[in-house]
Amino acid sequence: MDEGRAPVAALTPGSPLPQGRARGRPRFAGAGPALLLLAAPGVFLALFLLYPLQGILRESFFREGTSLDDLHPLVDGTFYLERAWFTLWQAAASTALTLALALPCAWALARHDFPGKSLLVAVATVPFVLPTIVVAVAFTALLGPQGALNSFLQWAFNLDEPPVDLLNSIWIILMAHVFYNFAVAARIIAAYWAKLDPRMDDAAAVLGAGRVERFLRVTLPLLRPAVLAAASLVFLFCFTSFGVVLILGGSSYGTIETEIYRETVFLFRLPVAGVLALLQAAFTFLVMLVYARLAGTSPAGTFRGTVARRTSHGERWAAVAVLGAMLVLTLLPLGALVERSFHGAGGYTLEFYRALGENTRKQALFITPLTAVRNSLTFAGLTVLVAVPLGTVAAYGARRAGRAGPWVEAVLLLPLGVSAVTLGLGFLVTLDRPPLDLRGTWLLLVVAHTLVGYPFVARSVGAQLRGIDPRLREAAAVMGAGPLRVFVEVDLPLIWRGMAAGAVLAFAVSMGEFGATLLIARPEWATIPIAVFRYLGQPGALQYGQALAMSTILMAVTGAGFFLIDRLRYRELGTF
Amino acid sequence: MWKHVFLTAVASLALVATAACGDDGGNDSGGGTLTVITHDSFNISRELLEQFEKDNNVTVKLLPKGDAGAMLTSVILTKGNPEGDVVFGVDNTFLSRALEAGIFESYTSALIDKVPGDLREGIGDKVTPVDYGYVNLNYDIAALKKANLEPPKTLDELTDAKWKGKVVVENPASSSPGLAFLIATVDYFGADKYLDWWKKMRANGLVVVDGWETAYNTNFSWKGGQQPIVLSYATSPAFEQMYAEPAREDSPTGNILPPKGAFRQIEYVGVIHGTSHQKLARKFVDFLLSKAVQEDVPGQMAVYPVNKDAAVPPAFEKFSKVDVAPAKVAPADIAKNREKWIDEWTKAVLR
Repeated sequence: MDEGRAPVAALTPGSPLPQGRARGRPRFAGAGPALLLLAAPGVFLALFLLYPLQGILRESFFREGTSLDDLHPLVDGTFYLERAWFTLWQAAASTALTLALALPCAWALARHDFPGKSLLVAVATVPFVLPTIVVAVAFTALLGPQGALNSFLQWAFNLDEPPVDLLNSIWIILMAHVFYNFAVAARIIAAYWAKLDPRMDDAAAVLGAGRVERFLRVTLPLLRPAVLAAASLVFLFCFTSFGVVLILGGSSYGTIETEIYRETVFLFRLPVAGVLALLQAAFTFLVMLVYARLAGTSPAGTFRGTVARRTSHGERWAAVAVLGAMLVLTLLPLGALVERSFHGAGGYTLEFYRALGENTRKQALFITPLTAVRNSLTFAGLTVLVAVPLGTVAAYGARRAGRAGPWVEAVLLLPLGVSAVTLGLGFLVTLDRPPLDLRGTWLLLVVAHTLVGYPFVARSVGAQLRGIDPRLREAAAVMGAGPLRVFVEVDLPLIWRGMAAGAVLAFAVSMGEFGATLLIARPEWATIPIAVFRYLGQPGALQYGQALAMSTILMAVTGAGFFLIDRLRYRELGTF
Repeated sequence: MWKHVFLTAVASLALVATAACGDDGGNDSGGGTLTVITHDSFNISRELLEQFEKDNNVTVKLLPKGDAGAMLTSVILTKGNPEGDVVFGVDNTFLSRALEAGIFESYTSALIDKVPGDLREGIGDKVTPVDYGYVNLNYDIAALKKANLEPPKTLDELTDAKWKGKVVVENPASSSPGLAFLIATVDYFGADKYLDWWKKMRANGLVVVDGWETAYNTNFSWKGGQQPIVLSYATSPAFEQMYAEPAREDSPTGNILPPKGAFRQIEYVGVIHGTSHQKLARKFVDFLLSKAVQEDVPGQMAVYPVNKDAAVPPAFEKFSKVDVAPAKVAPADIAKNREKWIDEWTKAVLR
């Protein structure tokens, strides 16, 4: 039935435990009802996703004076069909490219240990939190007509005109999507890969399988849950891409998400926006359903507690090459930003950093870098605190939901497919009176960040759960361990990496969140991205430099945050 | 048992939430909070705001809500239970939408006589103008010099092959200045001909991006981009000189201002319908029209004051003087045709 499974079954290492359940859906020792586990995420979603959504949709479709004619723009010509098609194929292409880059990185990270590894991973994840406009500035500095690449080519080949023109093209959209997402994908896959039993690979080698064959027929099928998890997340990200397409692509490109924004905010055609938002959510749901079904047929029971590391010389060099390439690709754009933040028209200067701390214009809405950093860290910390337990419980719930599992999982990930502007406005029209009067409170900001953050935890932990051999739990139970003991002794060590990876991503999502924060935050809670955006909102070299200085601070703070979370260890097991 | 835990959790969350936002409820006699909703480009000197708070024994809470479009949308949608008492930043391209939605209380400030009549057109008694600016093309002085090009004197010139790929504008379907400039071209070329110009511009490599931040910070050649001509504001060259690093005497950019080639964007303030702080809200409107605030506004938001007594920074006179007539489109025409123009434009330029 499934080609990828044959070698797995054949190669499962000898074990004293009976093979009985290995092929079936894993059952948990002492499983409590799934409903109980799903209560918390369920209540959370009902209150903060479904309730606001029905509010804004009702407002959109049934406002006074709304009629069916208002939907006419949707069927007037093929514009929206083209946008939908573009949304789909660019997301698919971006996902494929991202995975192609992430897989070798994940291999290098999972199978090799070296000093500075946490730091490297932290740096590579930094792009994920940068506001798109800042990435646009970085790409312009590198690839623009006056950028480093063109200057070099013009100098090297004595050209009059800059030869590379990538700005506002499909290529820059794809590049940006890869730049944003590849470290996220690599993290999820590496967290899983590190726990795979290398003896399967050895066995295949003994049986005469070559490198490529072993990768395609042993490793890849085993990695399937993690690859699918990463792919579906990246796909969703690109599918609902807003800033990258809007800012880097120019106005000839657009996704459904960018059209929802235009229709809502500028054209005020709420019914059109409502239909588009529903279509986008429905499609997301479908993709997640397909994902969950695919992942459901993945091989289970492939983890071992410890992994022996034996690497050949050649392998080590390959890992160095892969990670070196990854570092260069990340560092070039980031470096360009940092360089510019120190570079005024008159040469290198600290002026932009100095100016950040000085309210020279005595503005009422001034935010010091320290306050912005504190705000960002507070919200990101709270988000992690809520998102990690919520996402973990959600992952267990989905796992235990039996036949309904895929549906549950798709619902749990729905927040990622819902348009940010739709949801933000939904908050404003529904969470506005007791007992849920959350407008203007910091809680709403944590809620918004958690909504986007916890699916990462759920996805990351869920992938690990699929890899746990149910026989381990059964063995523990047979030996008299209660459910809690089983969780602490068996599950936690195995899912810890997934939780840590999820925590990093939830932290990142919160640090970089922009759209919802802009709509619902009070000025005194301005986060670093908001401060960056404010500086870029005015002409003037000083403001431009301050925005880049603030972006550099954002990079440093998030990088440090990643590094610290990555180093959190659980007993002897732990980081990448 | 677990069910109880969750119910308790939800209940306590609700309680915390209610407590967290129970800071309102003050009244006009003092000690309350006046909430001012703005777009995120709003700013004002802290001292002036503190003086207002002291004079009126009130705390002013500023609430930025995204760009002008997002702000207006959220104010309209929360009409039944508004988040604030005053809203600043609705402009003359969007005014009709705000008026139709009925989000304002009537109020005419005693200081309105300080505002020239042409800035008060079409506003009725619902809103009060606070500042205005011109949306027009800017150029990168050094880049044009290097390419041996004279800044264009008319918009027609820009369809010439020598300007191929050298102009970037904002999308009127996602940006305020983009929409303002589209309206200006309707007056400049006429409602029947404006699309021809846009089509020719498209054929001549016109670059369209989502918003001002992108156009100015990434596409404009002055910031390392490709296009030496960008759609911005007449005050931008002044700001480039005022906030240069290191300081400089001249401005690196200049204005392209053919007669009728700029749109005059007027920003209004209004008292939100149903506020319980009527008196204070009105005082805040007067405060925004006062000479002190009006003289503060240019340096904070790169706009011109509406109060004719207010002085503007010298750099405005020097680098951002607008001595030609802007495009003239009646507010009623804008209200009637806004969506139609955007749709026609999108079909002609983007599809």
